[in-house]
Amino acid sequence: MMAMGPLSIWRSPLIFLAILAAIFGVLPLLISQYRMSIANEILIFALLAMSIDVLAGYAGRTSLGHGAIFGTATYVIIYWTANLGGSPWIGCLLAIAAAVLMAAAFALFAMRVSGVYFVLITLALGMIVWGVCLRWSNVTGGENGIRGSGRPDIIADPFVFYYVTLAVVLFFAFVIWRFVHSPFGLSLCGIRDSESRMRSLGYGTTLHMFLAFTITGFFSGIAGVLYAFFNNFVSPSTVELSQSVEGLLMAIVGGVGTIFGAFLGSAAIILLENVVSQYTARWPMVLGFMFIGIMIFAPQGILGALKRQATRKL
Amino acid sequence: MSESALNLENIVVAFGALKAVDNVSMTVKRGERRAIIGPNGAGKTTLFNAITGVTRSTSGRITFEGLDISRKPAQSRARMGISRTFQITNLFPSLTVEQNMQLALRGTGSRKFSMLGSARLVSEEREQVASALALSRLATREAVEVTELSYGEQRQLEIAMALVSRPRLLLLDEPAAGLSPAERQMVTDIVRSLPKDLTVVLIEHDMELVLKLVDYVTCLNNGQMLAEGSPEEIRANQLVQDVYLGKARANA
Ligand SMILES: Nc1ncnc2c1ncn2[C@@H]1O[C@H](COP(=O)(O)OP(=O)(O)O)[C@@H](O)[C@H]1O
Ligand SMILES: [Mg+2]
Repeated sequence: MMAMGPLSIWRSPLIFLAILAAIFGVLPLLISQYRMSIANEILIFALLAMSIDVLAGYAGRTSLGHGAIFGTATYVIIYWTANLGGSPWIGCLLAIAAAVLMAAAFALFAMRVSGVYFVLITLALGMIVWGVCLRWSNVTGGENGIRGSGRPDIIADPFVFYYVTLAVVLFFAFVIWRFVHSPFGLSLCGIRDSESRMRSLGYGTTLHMFLAFTITGFFSGIAGVLYAFFNNFVSPSTVELSQSVEGLLMAIVGGVGTIFGAFLGSAAIILLENVVSQYTARWPMVLGFMFIGIMIFAPQGILGALKRQATRKL
Repeated sequence: MSESALNLENIVVAFGALKAVDNVSMTVKRGERRAIIGPNGAGKTTLFNAITGVTRSTSGRITFEGLDISRKPAQSRARMGISRTFQITNLFPSLTVEQNMQLALRGTGSRKFSMLGSARLVSEEREQVASALALSRLATREAVEVTELSYGEQRQLEIAMALVSRPRLLLLDEPAAGLSPAERQMVTDIVRSLPKDLTVVLIEHDMELVLKLVDYVTCLNNGQMLAEGSPEEIRANQLVQDVYLGKARANA
């Protein structure tokens, strides 16, 4: 066995996954069913936030379009099962395929740019998706949205669905962790640091960005499918800008470039949203202040700050 | 295979009205050590950019080992075996030396597309990285972050990254600029210990250093070819003395 230095905890995903599995695994035994549904939502949005973190934390590109990609999957599976009466399992595949295609379309526009241009292009494309969902009402139900046909029997029980969500999200957390620590993942860091050097070393940086964006769309799509099963309802608010902003904030709050920080960020924001909305309808304002606070006091996010502490003590 | 490694025919690189490289032709033989000299703004770096595909040449033809590469993108040229360093240090600052080397090594192969495998080096790769680092005198610095390297070490890493993928043409853009005398000596040693079959083109101001290192010198001025010849011929050339050495002396 290799010696485990104090730093290797940051290298091994299994410890984190085990901690997450333990915490989220026992939660349903300790809390009410209502609170369990909040935990369930936290898990789903953690997956969305992790997909955003791949681009933000490794490729150095801040997407404001992943909420729309996520919501595309939600729309497709609910339309397929509720309006067309199709099988939910085929619906899953169609929904994920739709999210991947949508991400590929976004990527064609966004793969050559970085910085504020990347933000603006993903924002604009997300707004188009939102506009289509709002206006194309004979398919999407417009503002009224579409009510789903309920979960398939096998995952109908909230406990079962919670644990299925947990298993799926932890599995993809592991996959995403492997992805960013692969040679391909390292190439994204290289593109972030110097695209010109990467090209001179033989990397087709545009192709790498296209692939990276499209693959993160796959992860967002899985989260979107889980959300469809969770919420059983989809409307333009599922694809709107605030969805993307929330996903991004979760990644930032947890710590950009940490992947697993997404769980902390998702928990922090969803719990706060639940508390705050009991007292005020001004949730977006609170979200804004929180964002500013994090940027000032802990720009590396919660897990990022912890990681820094741990490294500094060496 | 053709005898010449690199062949430039009437290369022009224009930025608007400015011809940064103006009708330059030259042939570099396989295994040759070539220096390109000329005052600041002569178009030396722009010529490197045209050869490596960082900038497309406005007109003219570039052939590498007999193949026309004039229209190929930078990454394809790199994969064909053309490698370079940058005058203005161009590394991956947030990564470690080892990660910089990993990226440099895998750019020309297919493992860069591995999405679930470990980024760690396999043993064969480790040997390649170790030998490039040893050649560049950076052997003990693998785990260090680039921002913690001294300027001199960053220049050494520039060279190590250009070497690790075993290129057949290496372009060094002022590798010794801004270094202390001791560090310049190290760079001289590094260039001298490069594999003999590697073709090297070097941009350098220091004539002493150039004299020791190269077989042949090309002198540019205002984007144009001013003179070509052995280091001794270039030293004795009146045009070069007026335009380049004179100016260099005036700048000093
Ligand atoms: N991207 C660019 N756009 C416009 N002008 C450029 C660009 N790159 C270089 N130049 C100009 O081309 C000329 C040659 O520059 P350069 O090749 O860097 O010279 P050298 O490397 O010989 O010092 C300079 O006048 C420079 O200002
Ligand atoms: Mg230059």
